[in-house]
Amino acid sequence: MNNRVVITGLGIWSCLGKNLDEVKESLYTGKSGIGMDMERKAWGYRSGLTGIVQRPELKGILDRRARVGLSEEAEYAYMATLEAMKNAKMDMSWVEKNEVGILYGNDSSAKAVSEAIDTIRLKKDTTLLGSGSIFQSMNCTVTMNLSTIFKLKGINFTISAACASGSHAIGLGYLMIKWGLQKHIICGGAQEVNPFAFGSFDGLSAFSIRENDPTKASRPFDKDRDGLIPSGGAATVILESYESAMERGAPILAEVVGYGFSSNGEHISNSSVDGQMRSLNMALEGAGLKASDIDYINAHATSTPGGDFAEAQAIDAVFGQSKPMISSTKSMTGHECWMAGASEIVYSTLMMQNNFVAPNINFENPDEASAKLNIVTKTTEKNIDVFLSNSFGFGGTNSSLIIKKIK
Amino acid sequence: MTQEEIIAKINEFLVEEFEVDAEKIIPTSNLRETLELDSLDYVDLVVIIESNFGFKVVAEDFINIHTFQDFYDYVNRKVAEKATA
Repeated sequence: MNNRVVITGLGIWSCLGKNLDEVKESLYTGKSGIGMDMERKAWGYRSGLTGIVQRPELKGILDRRARVGLSEEAEYAYMATLEAMKNAKMDMSWVEKNEVGILYGNDSSAKAVSEAIDTIRLKKDTTLLGSGSIFQSMNCTVTMNLSTIFKLKGINFTISAACASGSHAIGLGYLMIKWGLQKHIICGGAQEVNPFAFGSFDGLSAFSIRENDPTKASRPFDKDRDGLIPSGGAATVILESYESAMERGAPILAEVVGYGFSSNGEHISNSSVDGQMRSLNMALEGAGLKASDIDYINAHATSTPGGDFAEAQAIDAVFGQSKPMISSTKSMTGHECWMAGASEIVYSTLMMQNNFVAPNINFENPDEASAKLNIVTKTTEKNIDVFLSNSFGFGGTNSSLIIKKIK
Repeated sequence: MTQEEIIAKINEFLVEEFEVDAEKIIPTSNLRETLELDSLDYVDLVVIIESNFGFKVVAEDFINIHTFQDFYDYVNRKVAEKATA
């Protein structure tokens, strides 16, 4: 089977806004969502920089039984999914009668786990963790909770692939529908934002310490970048077969046409130009497209010296002739980690729908590799027919998605 | 803590945390049915009693608690035992 796979719903909860409209505005105006969390400094973090993400208030929206099992990232995912299902015109009565699946990227629930262990140590009694702890603590906290809340009956599991989790979730959803195994899948990525989650990452000196100027700290591809800024929230992308979307009169926002993936087979944290190129080429080949067909690339570039340098080389090697417009929305959001691969599909689809390329803010001076790329530094009006989004993660896991405008 | 204070505190957390309508809390009504408690909810009831009254409920204690009044009496007794211990 070779079904066409379309996007019929998008939802977002991030440091750029709590819904699609707010986020579109932030992207267009090049607004940074980065600030300082002084609690991290008190905990001994090198960097207190973080994406500033509001917690949703769910009392009155969800009943107690549903709420107690939600981890922080699952709360974000619930809000993003609620928005996506609404604009995909999937109401509960329809969902209950159809086989809707969920594949969501998530790779930690550190706060829930840490707080549970602290309670056990203090109380010496596991019952006092309460009933929700286990459903908050497992890596599949998002899929187990949302599948219950939304009464989903299709495929149901979590993808853990470090900072490529959200992208692989969409890629796997694409394959499932393409091959006829499912018709509708809620895909996405979620990322907790708290001091429990990022201590070990901070310990690797991976974070920017440009604390005196938070909105300037995330500067992907810029010569003076000094590290990434952790961030999070959740993004939902509802995938559906073209036939199903047409049949039920759903809005068709875009089409997923390519999914490339690869493993570096090298160092656990260093990037690999070769690994990234294999992912990019696989995505192009699967989509039946040439490099010159890509109008815009939303780069993975997180603002680390080594990672951005390798990605710039890989992009130049594959797209050096056509030089598509490139920006890393992480310049505004920071690195949304497990969520990033999904949120960057939402951000880029918003650009596609509204005919602009969001800027790679803070890109002032190129280095040797990024000088070869067509990096967009100001919001640019542009018709985007096809875009590509990269996501790379620890362990050398790479994912590239290609999305096309429906015509 | 007086018996009235204990009852007021229990009713408060049942309304706030278990989201039961205050008017449904009638001493002679069945606790489990009114609160629609399942096995997971009982765990949360143990947590909330511990944090409000400082003692740990054991599962067997729930066997003889049927009505709200049974529940008030049980907590009252345990609080008194704790005070004299």
